[in-house]
Amino acid sequence: MSMTMTQKILAAKAGLEKVEAGQLIETKLDLVLGNDITSPVAINEFEKAGADAVFDNTKITLVLDHFVPNKDIKAAQQSKQTRQFANKYDILNFFDVGTMGIEHALLPEKGLVGPGDCVIGADSHTCTYGALGAFSTGVGSTDMAAGMITGKAWFKVPSAIRVVLKNQPTGFVSGKDMILHLIGEIGVDGALYQSLEFTGDGVAALSMDDRFTIANMAIEAGAKNGIFPVDETTLEYCKGRYNGEIEIFEADPDAEYTRTVEIDLAALRPTVSMPHLPENTRNIKEVADVTIDQSVIGSCTNGRISDMRVAAAILKGRKVAKNVRCIVIPATQAVYLQCIREGLAEIFIEAGAVFSTPTCGPCLGGYMGILAEGERAVSTTNRNFVGRMGHPESEVVLASPAVAAASAITGRLTDPATL
Amino acid sequence: MNAQGTVHKYGDDVNTDVIIPARYLNTAYHQELAAHCMEDIDREFIHRVRPGDIIVAGKNFGCGSSREHAPIAIKASGVSCVIAATFARIFYRNAINIGLPILECPEAAEGIAAGDRVSVDFDSGIITDEATGKTYQAHPFPEFIKKIIEAGGLMESIRK
Repeated sequence: MSMTMTQKILAAKAGLEKVEAGQLIETKLDLVLGNDITSPVAINEFEKAGADAVFDNTKITLVLDHFVPNKDIKAAQQSKQTRQFANKYDILNFFDVGTMGIEHALLPEKGLVGPGDCVIGADSHTCTYGALGAFSTGVGSTDMAAGMITGKAWFKVPSAIRVVLKNQPTGFVSGKDMILHLIGEIGVDGALYQSLEFTGDGVAALSMDDRFTIANMAIEAGAKNGIFPVDETTLEYCKGRYNGEIEIFEADPDAEYTRTVEIDLAALRPTVSMPHLPENTRNIKEVADVTIDQSVIGSCTNGRISDMRVAAAILKGRKVAKNVRCIVIPATQAVYLQCIREGLAEIFIEAGAVFSTPTCGPCLGGYMGILAEGERAVSTTNRNFVGRMGHPESEVVLASPAVAAASAITGRLTDPATL
Repeated sequence: MNAQGTVHKYGDDVNTDVIIPARYLNTAYHQELAAHCMEDIDREFIHRVRPGDIIVAGKNFGCGSSREHAPIAIKASGVSCVIAATFARIFYRNAINIGLPILECPEAAEGIAAGDRVSVDFDSGIITDEATGKTYQAHPFPEFIKKIIEAGGLMESIRK
């Protein structure tokens, strides 16, 4: 019986020789993650269960990132509760203001996750680490609490969709355009309960940052996880960061997939998702007259250094349009510092953008860029649901950093190649 | 184990941002969350909902964020069961883990109308629309899930 890449990791972590789709298994966890919104609920459950110890204080990571620096008193209480828990149980990797970053950019950067790991996180975008060849998936707070106590989680073994990336992208086409295109093809529940396994000759052309962006939004197609094969690019990225044992798993050549989707990267053009679902994709040229009030560049999807460089290259020597707010948020302190060192911070500020310390803030309508009734943002974030960034009558258009930066300059959705 | 109540009906892809908007995620208090349940899709829901009521929706219910606050808000608002054509996977796990019964049944999701009185027998998986007399068959819960729900959630079932 052959297995997909995901099934091989799950089998190994469950101590089984083989698993098949639909099977219920229990696996060991290499990492359990929570943030300032989900951890308080998990901590309440942890205490409700009468637990007085965590399974391994080196395998739990708590990151304050959604509403920090605290946006209000209630948010401060949630941060405080998480901080007190981290101190009480001596959680090794607790990231507070000053060291925090947006969790899914921070964990890979700090080398806390690597190839072959099995990770759960109480945040839906935990699927990001599939870019490194790990099995990682989002869960709720109760699962997080159980994981912190036992170091284990139960899963239904997923079937998989194979996504074959062919050829090389051209121009401003990035990982973001690829994943938006895929979601447009298969729909927001196209991979429900399944894995998305990326393969094909196009993978080699993708940077780690592109792969993080793609794996990050697997959840937007309903997937349990999205995963990339481990190659030279992955190993190079892990060098000097990840100290764990690198376990490389590969799908069997005759592994079964429920379907195969092919994407010719050379044929892709900058792609955006119009309100109010990520599957509502358009070629940028089809929507070029749509006006915007705000451009957000950042998030766990697109707040990495390569994203900042792309945005800065476009904003350099130009000005943000009148009546448009451009909000640039690097995902981690390291990215923030790098932006300063490379002169990108100066470019953003001189262009008339704001340049903030890391936070999830506006992505989920928390703070730092809330939309008023009738307003529209172009954003490099991951969801454009009703009310996602503010008023229920506001709108979000999902795009790449290049499109978001170009649109900030013109005040309307813009193909960066036309500037 | 049974549920009975009046139906509140919604369409496809009801996401966790409309079930409980992130602007209210600065608290974990159940009743505070319930006060904003479904706010961005149905402002009248919290005024209309009565203990025992049932939500019926289309495909991919609960898609988006992993926030457990979403099923918590629904349960705390008094809803006894959610029936949908399909559920997003994290929402499915979360609902079971906090003891909110949910059933996948595309036929019921299609056939049942807003305002109908519906009863659900969780042991058999039979859903009855008392307004039309029509019955629908959902998969009953496996034993281990039934235990979690009867205990009121995963942690309660572990502690017992």
